[in-house]
Amino acid sequence: MEIFGIPHQAFLGQLMLGLVNGAFYAMLSLGLAVIFGLLDIVNFAHGALYMVGAFAAWIMLDKWGVGYWWALLLAPLLVGAFGVVIERLLLKRLYGLDPLYGLLLTFGLALILEGAFRKEYGVSGQSYSVPEALAGATNLGFMILPNYRAWVVVASVAVCLATWFIIERTRLGAYLRAGTENAKLVQAFGVNVPLMVSLTYGAGAALAGLAGVLAAPVIQVTPLMGSNLIIVVFAVVVIGGMGSILGSVITGLGLGIVEGFTRVFYPEASNIVVFVIMAIVLMLRPAGLFGKEA
Amino acid sequence: MSRTVRLTYLALLALAVLAPFIGLYPVFVMKLLCFALFACAFNLLLGFTGLLSFGHAAFFGTAAYVTGWFVKVQGWTPELGVLAGVVFAALLGLVFGLVAIRRQGIYFAMITLALSQMVFFVCLQAPFTGGEDGLQGVARGNLFGVLPLGDDHVMYYVVLAVFLACFLGILRIVTSPFGQVLKMIRENEPRAISLGYEVDRYKLLAFILSASLAGLAGSMKTLVMKFATLSDVHWSMSGEVILMSLLGGVGTFFGPVLGGGIVIALQDMLADKVGEWVTVIIGVIFVLCVLAFRKGVVGELLAWRERRRARAG
Repeated sequence: MEIFGIPHQAFLGQLMLGLVNGAFYAMLSLGLAVIFGLLDIVNFAHGALYMVGAFAAWIMLDKWGVGYWWALLLAPLLVGAFGVVIERLLLKRLYGLDPLYGLLLTFGLALILEGAFRKEYGVSGQSYSVPEALAGATNLGFMILPNYRAWVVVASVAVCLATWFIIERTRLGAYLRAGTENAKLVQAFGVNVPLMVSLTYGAGAALAGLAGVLAAPVIQVTPLMGSNLIIVVFAVVVIGGMGSILGSVITGLGLGIVEGFTRVFYPEASNIVVFVIMAIVLMLRPAGLFGKEA
Repeated sequence: MSRTVRLTYLALLALAVLAPFIGLYPVFVMKLLCFALFACAFNLLLGFTGLLSFGHAAFFGTAAYVTGWFVKVQGWTPELGVLAGVVFAALLGLVFGLVAIRRQGIYFAMITLALSQMVFFVCLQAPFTGGEDGLQGVARGNLFGVLPLGDDHVMYYVVLAVFLACFLGILRIVTSPFGQVLKMIRENEPRAISLGYEVDRYKLLAFILSASLAGLAGSMKTLVMKFATLSDVHWSMSGEVILMSLLGGVGTFFGPVLGGGIVIALQDMLADKVGEWVTVIIGVIFVLCVLAFRKGVVGELLAWRERRRARAG
């Protein structure tokens, strides 16, 4: 069987790969959106935190003998705690200034993290094996689906939906959204806004860390894995429109799929297709697909 | 310009002219001047127009490649090679500008970053850039058929002349009525719009000017170092030029030159001593600049002088 003249196994395989990438784009751009929403900071260190999450998982598994499932829980907590420290020590000093300073500070942080890991582990990749329970593949009849990839997509979509639910449908989420509108007023109601802000940055960092753990078995764990991904995620954010939580999830998944398609038909363009789409979307809708016109 | 400032400039000019004779390695100073020019070009945009471009490596790098390719593969003369690089950077600046000025602030930064990453991938895959190896062994040739640029001393004075011309040019641009409009856009864009200025056209022109000058810096760098590689066009180069401006003083004339000098000198000195730690050190400087002295070295000096004068008067 062929689809558009391509053997269907290859075609669906690329599509699946695109969906997996899209799941990572979605989780990372979601974390960026959460942090940007409350703190007004474009977190350039997001890619580095994703890398730290992957390394934390690798160290736990390879050096400490902690299993995959524990790593899946512990690594994001670790990265989240690290995020809280960053917010308390550094970002806190920038509130009220032009958001560009937050971008620059987190850029510096990304350089520090990336440089330190490169010094320690070099640039060659560390491999991290797929956990036993998720090894192997399922024959769906029309294609062979590697179990781990299916798990990544399901897990990240679940996490994205949970995040969306917390922010849009719970009391905590209501405080968060109110805090972005008027921090002073929310504080007057007895909500500890500085703590909430720290925890939000921590939660965003933990999301990046979680994406890192999920990615570790599919790709090579290297210090550079975050720095190139983060720019694609920025493009995803620009395309989706920064304000929207759901927008970042849908755009992330969608662009992953588009990238997969491009890899089938014209592989040379697969690295740049997201940026081309960004340019076109900006021409037509400067605020992004789901963004509100400022 | 006050007397102190003028004297400082004269002393620096004398130092620059005499540099090769007082034991400074010409190639190092030339490299420094190229990056200082790059930082000045960047500062024209951030410091005087208020636009943070995170994609300036695209202009620097493509101009470096274009010059290298025309001079090495097509055998063009150096002046034509540089001209081709600058024209290409200007065209690229036009394209980037048209897309990016539709959004402001951090969006502008992210869009320029994404576009420059696209340029990076094109440079990585295109058949004429030499891929991972880059273009090596670009001969400098003879300027206008007579000046042998192969001689480091001759090359040095050409680079110094180009740098001085551009520095004075930027000074002239910023103090002109056009420059005043740019500053107004930086300070209060809605007011500029309400006064009837076509803000987008001013921004676009500033963007193209800045891109062309960044391209000139890249082209000169290719001639000086005799190569163009992927690191010229990588986004970390865009970050470096931001650091240079920030460290020296955004929005000051001499700040980017000083910042460029400090960063290049640091990299040169540290590379063989601490190796991999260079990135970490650069990152720490970045963080400290943003946290502790956002005005940069020159900016802090000027502020200090202001405070002292206020106290005296």
